[in-house]
This record gives sequence, C-alpha cells and structure tokens, in this order.
Amino acid sequence: MATLFGSGIKRREDPRLITGSATYTDDVKLPGMVYAMFVRSPYAHARIKSIDVAAARKAPGVVAVYTGKDVKDRLVPVPCAWNPPGCDLKVPPHPQLAWDKVRYVGDAVAMVIAETRAQVRDAVDLVEVDYDSLPATVDPEKATQKGAAQLHDEIPNNIAFIWKVAGGDAEAAFRSADASVKERIVQQRLLPTAMEPRAAVASYNRGSGQLTLWCTSQNPHIHRFLCSVMLKLPEHRVRVIAPEVGGGFGSKIPAYPDEALVSLAAMDLGRPVKWTEDRSENYKVTIHGRDHIEYVEMCGTRDGKITGLRTRVYAGLGGYASTAGPGIPTILHGLIYSGAYTIPNILGVIHGVYTNGTPVDAYRGAGRPEAAFLVERLVDIFARKIGMDPVEVRRKNFIPRDKFPYTTVTGLTYDSGNYEGALDKALGMLDYKTFRADQVRARKQNKYLGVGVVSYVEICGLGPSAVAGAVGFGAGLYDSAIVRVYPTGVVKVYIGASPHGQGEETTFAQIVADEFGYPVENVEIIHGDTDNTPQGWGTYGSRSTAVCGSAVKVAAVKLKEKARKLAAHLLEANEADLEWKDGKFQVKGSPDKAKGFAELALMANVAWNMPAGMEPGMEASAFFDPTNFVYPFGTHVCTVDVDIDTGEVKILRYIAVDDCGPPINPMIVDGQIHGGVVQGLGEALQEIAVYDNEGQLLTGTMMDYAVPRASQMPFLELAHTVTPSPVNLGVKGCGEAGTIASAACVVNAVTDALSPLGINHIDKPLTPARVWAAIQKAKGAKP
Amino acid sequence: MIPTSFDYVRAGSLKETLNLLAAGDGTKIIAGGHSLLPMMKFRLVQTPRLVDISRLEELRGITEHKKGARIGATTTYAELATSPILRERCPVVAEVAAEIADLQVRNRGTLGGGLAHADPASDMPAVMLALDAEFELRSKKAGKRSVKAREFFKGPFATAMTEDELFTGIVLGGMGRTAAAYESFDQAASGYALVGVCAVVARKRTAIAAITVAFTGLGEVQFLSPAFDRLVDTKGDRATLAQAALEAVKGVEIAGDLHAPAEYRRHLAQVAATRAVQKAYERAGA
Repeated sequence: MATLFGSGIKRREDPRLITGSATYTDDVKLPGMVYAMFVRSPYAHARIKSIDVAAARKAPGVVAVYTGKDVKDRLVPVPCAWNPPGCDLKVPPHPQLAWDKVRYVGDAVAMVIAETRAQVRDAVDLVEVDYDSLPATVDPEKATQKGAAQLHDEIPNNIAFIWKVAGGDAEAAFRSADASVKERIVQQRLLPTAMEPRAAVASYNRGSGQLTLWCTSQNPHIHRFLCSVMLKLPEHRVRVIAPEVGGGFGSKIPAYPDEALVSLAAMDLGRPVKWTEDRSENYKVTIHGRDHIEYVEMCGTRDGKITGLRTRVYAGLGGYASTAGPGIPTILHGLIYSGAYTIPNILGVIHGVYTNGTPVDAYRGAGRPEAAFLVERLVDIFARKIGMDPVEVRRKNFIPRDKFPYTTVTGLTYDSGNYEGALDKALGMLDYKTFRADQVRARKQNKYLGVGVVSYVEICGLGPSAVAGAVGFGAGLYDSAIVRVYPTGVVKVYIGASPHGQGEETTFAQIVADEFGYPVENVEIIHGDTDNTPQGWGTYGSRSTAVCGSAVKVAAVKLKEKARKLAAHLLEANEADLEWKDGKFQVKGSPDKAKGFAELALMANVAWNMPAGMEPGMEASAFFDPTNFVYPFGTHVCTVDVDIDTGEVKILRYIAVDDCGPPINPMIVDGQIHGGVVQGLGEALQEIAVYDNEGQLLTGTMMDYAVPRASQMPFLELAHTVTPSPVNLGVKGCGEAGTIASAACVVNAVTDALSPLGINHIDKPLTPARVWAAIQKAKGAKP
Repeated sequence: MIPTSFDYVRAGSLKETLNLLAAGDGTKIIAGGHSLLPMMKFRLVQTPRLVDISRLEELRGITEHKKGARIGATTTYAELATSPILRERCPVVAEVAAEIADLQVRNRGTLGGGLAHADPASDMPAVMLALDAEFELRSKKAGKRSVKAREFFKGPFATAMTEDELFTGIVLGGMGRTAAAYESFDQAASGYALVGVCAVVARKRTAIAAITVAFTGLGEVQFLSPAFDRLVDTKGDRATLAQAALEAVKGVEIAGDLHAPAEYRRHLAQVAATRAVQKAYERAGA
C-alpha cells in the first residue's frame, strides 16, 4: 500500500480558507457583545499628567471607560516568560494600561467600550490625555550611552541584560590570526505583518465563573496560563480558543495587554467584549522583530581556516520585555554562532536594551536569521580579505559529514548534517563556474553581476523541556496528542500544537492515516481549544511537526498495538503470527483471516469481546519530549544584476536547497520554503520599520512599509537533500529555513556584484536608494 | 479604521450632483474611492455627505473626439488600459493605466478621480501635462468650463477646481506625428512614483522637431520642463540629453523622504527623463 508520508496531497484546510467559510476571531459574534478600543499614546516617551474621561463616558453608546489607575491593582502586569540564566535580566513592570509613563507610540493609556464599533471609535477621540513629553531614545546602541533618555528608573542606561556566549579562546585566536575582518551590521526592525491582525473576544459566565477568550494565538495553552496569571483567575476557569488564525510569524506568541483588558471588562460587564486591531494599530503595538546593531569580527588563517568569531551586539527590546523577548537575541542567537562551521573560538556579548519602540519579540527565525546573517556575511568578507573564493572558504570550514553528532564550542549538539551535499547540489543547479566566467565578461561591459551563497544551519524542533528549563524559558517544550477513534473507525486527533497556516491538519492526518491503513479523509486534526486539546506549547520555532507530529505518531502506534492484540484475540491467533499487510492484520499465510483497523475500532468501542485485561475504547494520548533539537540546514544561492546607474537590484536566479529530513508533504514543505524565502527577500530588499528621533513610527502603514508583493519576487528554484534526523520521525523543521537563508544570500550577491568598487557591506534593506548611495560613496572614495 | 459619520447619496443625475455640490457644505464626490476612502478611514477627511457618481453613465466611457479622444471622468484605469481607441490614438495613456497599482484598484479607480485628487506622486498628471490635455469641469453656478492640465495642478492635492465643481471629463488632442513614453521608478510600498517622466517627441526624419517633458513625484506638484527645448533640431544625442536632464532638475526643490533622499530622486529624475525621451524618440521614428 502506498504511504501518504511523502505524498504532496492538497492541503485539507484550504477549501474553507479560500472560500471564506473559515471562522477567525473577528467572525465570532455573541449575543450582547460590545466593542473595545484603546486610547494610545501619540508620544514615544511622556509622563501622563492627567486623563479626563468624562466626555467619553457620556458619549453615545459608551458602556465603560478604563484608565491605568482603574486596573493596575486588579491585574498582574504583563509577564516576561524568558529569563536567560547568568545575565542579570531586569524586567520592568509592564502595566496593561500605562498610568505614570508611556514608553512607545501606541502604549495604551485607556480602554473605551461601547455598543458599536463606530461609537467606540468616536468615543476614543473624546478621552483627553495631558502628557508631559520626554526625550526619546530609539537606537539600541545609543540608548546605552550617557545622556540617553532613561525609560525605567530602576534600569540604568536602559540595559536589560548583558549576556555572553563563549567557547574556546577568541581573544587569543584574534591575537594570533593571519587575517581578520570586522564590520558593523544593522539588522533593521521589521514588522511581522500577519495577514490577520490581532483580535480578541472575551466572554464571562458569571454563573460558572468561566472565562472564554477567543484570540489570535499561536499557543493557546500559553495564553491560558499567562491570562490566568494576569487576571488572577484559576487556570481551569480560563478557556482559550484560537479559532482560524491568519498567520503569526511569531507575533501571536506573546501575551499582550489587550487580551487581559478585554477579559477584565467582560468580567465586569457580564457582556462579551470584542477588540480587533486595524493594520496601523497592528504596526504600532504588535511586536516587532530583529533590531540589532552588531559589531562583528572573524579571523583565520591565510589559507581559509576560520579560527575565531567575535560579536558585540545591541539588541533593542522596545519599551518593555515581551514574553520571549530576552531569549531571542541570546539563546536563539548566540548559541548558533558556529553556523555550519567548525569555528573553534567564539565570543559574543549581547546587550539587551530598552528603547522607546514597540516591544521586540520572535519574528520568523527569531535570533537565528540574525546569527546566520552575520556569520554568512563575515565568511564572504573574510574570503575576500584573504583572496579566496567564498565557496571554498565554506567548504574548508564545514563540519564534515562523518562528524555528527557534532558539538559546537557554544555547546549545541547538531544531530545530523551533510553540508557539502546541499552546497554541491545548489552550485550544480547554478553552474557556478560558468556564472563566474559570465561575471567576468559582464564586468568588461560595465554590467555588475553577482552571486551570493549561504550555507545555514538552524535550531528547530524546540525542544527538550529540560533544556527549556535550563535556558530560562518559562514553559515546557514537549508536545502532545490524543488520538480518538470513533465506533465507525474514523479518527479525531486533538493536538497541543496550534497551526495557523502551516498545514498540520494535512500532514498530521497523513501520519495517522498511514499508521491505520486509512485514506486521509478518515482522520481529522483538532487544535486551538484548550478545553478539548491536551497540554501543549504551541506552534513556533519550526517545532510542531518534529515535536507534536512525533506525539501524534506515538499515540497512533499505541492504538495500532492495541488493535494488534485485539485482532489476535478475535482471530484466535497468536500475536506473533499476525502481520500488518494491505491495511489489515492478517494471519500469516491466511489472507482471509484478517481484520482491518476500522473493524477493530468498532469492536473496541462496543467492547463485546475484549481480551482479558484490555480496556474498552480506542483512544490513546501521548506526550512527546524530544531528546534534542533538530538542525535543518541547506544552501541557498542567488544571482543578481545590479544597475549601477540606479542602484536597482534584479534577482536573476534564486536557488534554495534545503534539508529538513524526509518531507511528509513535499508540497507543503515547498510552500513553507517559498513563504520563508519571500519574507527574507523582503527583509533583504525592502522592509524596514523606521522611527524618527522622537520615536514616531514613520512606516506606520503599508503605504510606507514595503511588504513584498508577488510582482516584486523572483521565481524560486527549490530542491532538497534528505538527511533524516536520528531523534524522532526523522523530520526537521522547515518553517523558518527560507527566511534564515535568504536575507544573507541576497546581500552576499549584491556585495559580490559590487566588489570591483570595493564595497564590502551594505546594510539591508538594499533599497535602490541605499545601493546607489553606497556606489556613489565608493566611487567618491576611489582615486 | 472607521470614518466619521456621513450621509451617502447615490446620484441619480448630473443635475442632482451639481445641486448637492452647490450646497457648499463640504460634500465630497466619490467614484472609485481608492484615494478618498482611506483618507476618510484615517479621518484625514471628514465629510458630512458623499455623493456617489459611479453610476452616472454620462460620465463614463471613452469616445473618439476629433483626432484624439474624450474620456469620461469615471472611466476606470482598467477601461483605459484596454481601450482600443486609446491604444490607437493615445497609447501612452493606456500603457500607464495598465501599470497603476494592481488589478483590483484598476477595476475601481477612475482617471477623473485620480486627477481631481492631485496626489503629487501620481503618474497620470505628468502624462496629462505632456499630452496637453484639457479637463472639463461643471458647476451649477458657472456651468461648463474647460481648463488645461497646465493650469489645473496647483500644489499637493490642490487644483484649479472650485468647491462646487465636478470633474466631468478629459479631452486629449491625439498624437499627430508625435510619440510618447513614460518612465518611472516606484516606491516599493505604495507603488506611487518616486519619480516619473512623460516625454512627447515629434521627429522630422532623425531630428527632434518638438519635445514636451513632464515630471511627477519630485516635489509639490507635477511640472513641465522647458530644459528639453535645446534638443530641438538635434538627434537627442546622449550628451545633449544628459545636459537637458540635468538642467531640468537643477533648481527644482525636491523633497526627500525615507524612501528616497532628495539627491537620489534628483538623480533618478535624470535617468527617467533620459530613458523616456529616448523611448519616445524611437517610437516617433517607427
């Protein structure tokens, strides 16, 4: 029987999504529902002198108005859940509604609730807030310097933490190296821009004391936990439902003030309360990504052996520490500094810095793209310095295929890898040698072609719970599944993960259907409701397939074993004489004596004739805690043509060779790679969130923030190598790979194209204006 | 993103529209709404009343007019892009229309609405200037009048229209022996022009007989540059063209922003002008 594992069947979630019959949070309508909206600070940094809500209270339809003083003693401040050890993290209180000071544009100061959306919109304009504006600081490096505005009185120089990663002796390596290079790299702030903005609907049953919160969540169990803390409610009185969620990219992991506030109002009013962001609100208050200023160095031998890597990083955290904020530029960033290479000496010093900007948290790749970017840029810059082909430098320093599992000097143990394999395949697809020859010819005609190569490794499948605890992550990282087989044999699987675009309703069903010898239609995957799914930790960090998918598999195998025992009993055969063939347990050599899984499920569910000691029913649960992370890898190659006259970058070819182990559904894997690469190309070429010196967000709408469009993107040539992970199903993550590789790939290609001008680095995004300015500067600098 | 409260009237006739505009109460006209509605949602525009003219048949459509064409104000960009009349008589208008925003916007957005809105970075005003278009305006008080594109654009979002006037149509004179080309560089997020240049060239054999060049996106308002007159009686050789392009943007006060510093815009304007003139020149010889 053909297996579904490995088959690119169509996504089963799509018919409802593309026909408009899916239910998102904003589609939830409840009797008596009222609407919330927030009064948000127009200042990045200011003291609140007074708030006058009298006129708003009297406005038509207004039901309630809350200020910070009304709620501060009733709610626990928004928690930060990641405290990396050994860095003395300082977490300031993050009130749901600011009552003394606002610390970024969009910081909420009041909540208005009215009968209709239009009424609440009118009423928020009637809340009069008197601010005393203060100087702002938005640059994470300058914010640490003398004279910078201070956000939190108890946190001098705005420094939240200084975290170090060290392995070997980097200082000695640099002292004795043949050659070294350094660069200042800015990894700009980005706006995650999920297609669906955030939303929440809270409903409270006064009779039962039960709060139900529908919200845009990547991890409803985490939201349940954090909301119960903020609201001081017992956790079993909080039910969180993430209905259809339109993308997250990390921005729907954290706990936010708004969810707690609408819940509080629903409890006070005894009426359901809905709040839905609009896009400009989303850009102001939903977390941002990246925001690093990095001083980076690499050293090595003249013949291309890398001996050391050193960084000093200033990572902006925004006005407050978001849920996972401090873990992103530390654990998920510094630990992967070795990349795909055997770098023996590494030192990274990361400063987490509060600034007058929107809080920064996980954004697709979360710390790992920043690491891959700086490592891969440095390899190119180092190669140029010693006059070697950057491909050869990569080859020379790769962790060899026969050295896995490999422990880096930063302490990670890579499970598996074949870095040369992916590199060879990608270069073969391009025909690297021919391109280099074309490049030389083109330069003679004043045409600037370039090729960029990136060989990345990422940490996925987060992760062993013991490691989560050891690195200060305030949650487990196992995941879970309940497989429930109905009397007619059809199956529902309740999972702890919370997919929101990744297609697990399809891939997980493929796993179960294979196990039971079923067509995929017999299996349905249920997720997102904390009242019917087992404890899990959500969908992020490319973890769900590797971790939750393994739990699904373990639970299904348990039932298969039960079915085998039941079959032996019913067929009056020895278990050892049974074989699973053509979707049935059959007595070896007697194909007519056979029982299919559906029939066995029926017999277990009616329990007329069970073996001694076997429980009725056909249901199993599993909690899967991986023994290690998984480490997908790959090589991306792109070629560009830079218009020297205008600074425009044209991508000629983009080749992605990714190894995420055996793909369960190759079409979905390719879709994830497509999306990831495009998000990285946006980062490389056009996306940047810009604050002015007063902390005003200048890119507050899509008229100024350039999310990539189909027409702006090149054709993507995808291929794979397959190196199974030894730790579970063999599968690895693929959700973030594209983003991790593509930004560096494009910048490497453009700087390669412009190497005749002596240009080593241009900060992304490589807008035509920036590239042109770099060209002008380089030309001016030439004699 | 909820606008302030307003009344909505679907106009049944031109007369009714003009009567409503004559009330002078800040009534706004809506056709495609692709510029107006976002501004209303941001509450940058607050109006007591919207009058929807999108169903007035007399304001819609493209007809032959002398050697050129007349375009009704509510003709959509999609209709412009696919019009056989324009493709034959004023192809540059169809070409530029086909590149505006995306298909959804082109299906709703209207040429008259866009011109009356007068965004300083939109493409069509430059095309209209270069083609020496005439705009038809109507009001209850003053009746019909006609204003040349060259007299129409006064500043950012400011035109020669009075508050009670309705933009009813565009008259294009046709290309005669000239050819036109439009070259632009777009802002990646909005799709508006960082800079756009429309050139109209007439040739006598290999020499340029007449030339008109209009710029958009550089400053407060689209403008025609006389600097290219020096190309008349030349073959538009590179050096002379570069000199003209340089002169055209010299002294122009150019606004820089986070997408393109002024210096870069000034440079792009020269590149766009050079490319547009060369293309129009080639087309005029074809």
